[in-house]
Amino acid sequence: MIRLDQITKLYAGGREALRDVTLEISPGELIFLTGHSGAGKSTILKLLALVERPTRGQLLVDGRNVGRLPPADIPAYRRQVGMVFQDHKLLEDRSAFDNVALPLVIAGLTRRDLEKRVRAALDQVGLLDKERQPPRQLSAGEQQRVGIARAVVAHPRLLIADEPTGNLDAELSLEIMQLFRRFNEVGVTMVIATHDLALAGRINGRHVVLHKGQIRSDEPGVRADVRPGS
Amino acid sequence: MGAWLTRHLQNALAALGQLSRAPVATALTVTVIGIALALPAGLLAAVQGAQRVAGSWEDIRDFSVYLKPGKPLEAARDLAREIGKHEAVAETRVVTADDAMAEFTEDPGLGDALRSLGHNPLPHTVVVRPTAQASTASLDALRAKLEARPEVDLVQLDTQWLARLAAILDFVRRAIWIGAALLVAAVIMIVGNTIRLDIQNRRQEIEVSKLLGATDAFVRRPFLYIGFWYGLLGGLVALLLLGAGALVLRPPLERLLQVYGTTLGGFGLPAPAVLAVIAGGLAAGCAGAWIAVGRHLSEIQPRV
Repeated sequence: MIRLDQITKLYAGGREALRDVTLEISPGELIFLTGHSGAGKSTILKLLALVERPTRGQLLVDGRNVGRLPPADIPAYRRQVGMVFQDHKLLEDRSAFDNVALPLVIAGLTRRDLEKRVRAALDQVGLLDKERQPPRQLSAGEQQRVGIARAVVAHPRLLIADEPTGNLDAELSLEIMQLFRRFNEVGVTMVIATHDLALAGRINGRHVVLHKGQIRSDEPGVRADVRPGS
Repeated sequence: MGAWLTRHLQNALAALGQLSRAPVATALTVTVIGIALALPAGLLAAVQGAQRVAGSWEDIRDFSVYLKPGKPLEAARDLAREIGKHEAVAETRVVTADDAMAEFTEDPGLGDALRSLGHNPLPHTVVVRPTAQASTASLDALRAKLEARPEVDLVQLDTQWLARLAAILDFVRRAIWIGAALLVAAVIMIVGNTIRLDIQNRRQEIEVSKLLGATDAFVRRPFLYIGFWYGLLGGLVALLLLGAGALVLRPPLERLLQVYGTTLGGFGLPAPAVLAVIAGGLAAGCAGAWIAVGRHLSEIQPRV
């Protein structure tokens, strides 16, 4: 269980990004954070990734306040969190395989285990045949799928995605969302920040709408899974 | 333990691979490091060699007994015979005023001056070579006795210049140590700056790795190995330069030492010095990398 407990986040200069936000994330949930630019979506993801710390309030993971973790403990926490970015953050001088392998290299897996898990992850995103290609030789959608494979390869307990379809057309965006949905169905907890309300609305998940640093609405998912082309 | 070793081996090989992908830049950096290490090492080796040769000359404790000007040659020969009977003396030799004049007039600087005098101002001289077993006390006593003689003008130890040479060499050696320290500091700065640029070039990789949970040690390790390779390769280049220098300098040095009646014994760096050059390179390379990594890695924080 992850709980943001009355969290306020002030950035340098006094800009208030979040104000007294309380949000519980249960294991296996798929949550869409939506809202306009500056609503606080990315700040919540930054807090979950421990890139930022709360100014006030607690970030509790299984009852432990990780918002106050000492710097030396942050890497171990981050290894339990998969991250997907709008700009993919792939390393241009490495193949798709090596990009996906990076979390496992960091975790210190043996070469044999690493190869097995990387190929499984690439297979899940449909890119096994392109494992030797560097990112520049892949389409935008393929690059994002490599990014997703990298995020799930280490079997994280939480996957966060910041505008993962921001640079993709509608068809590719839907494809990526379906991929997230599939991973969520096998138990991966997900928090996805997107400003694309229409796209988020087509996926069965919990929808948390943020406005000016506060939660405006929080609706559990009620819709059926989307079908391609629907 | 096995995984730890494997990871280090992979990092070391990856760092070497990275350097090999930029051969020109790597060669330039390694050469600069090599020169910076070779200079003090070569100079120290030269000074130590000179000290060794000078030390071998210290056994020669010859001294010269100058007669007063105008004393006849026979007086010099009598004195030589008398000194030769002393138990501390191995042999004596008389250098006549004419021989000395002939020797000095060959000197382009002194010759003209001596000739302009119109007469030979040099005295007859007795050169005394003590036995190897002669004690310093017995020689001092002999010298005092000779200085007291009416026909003797001056008794001069020929080894005094050796004492001066030893003092000069000691000064030079200390100056080289200071220079060596400065050059090693330069190596540390060269490696540090190179690693700093490398850190900047790999900023995205560092950011992503930190986001994915890489520890500081994980991020730091490849850069430390780059410093390690720079130091090791720089040390090897330094040894190559020193070897090449020794090859070029050996023949003229041998000829020079022949003039002084000695030979070149061991020439080049002894094994401990070879190890010291390599160890110095490694230490400077790793130190430079450590400082650069410590200073600049903390500046790179992941962004989402």
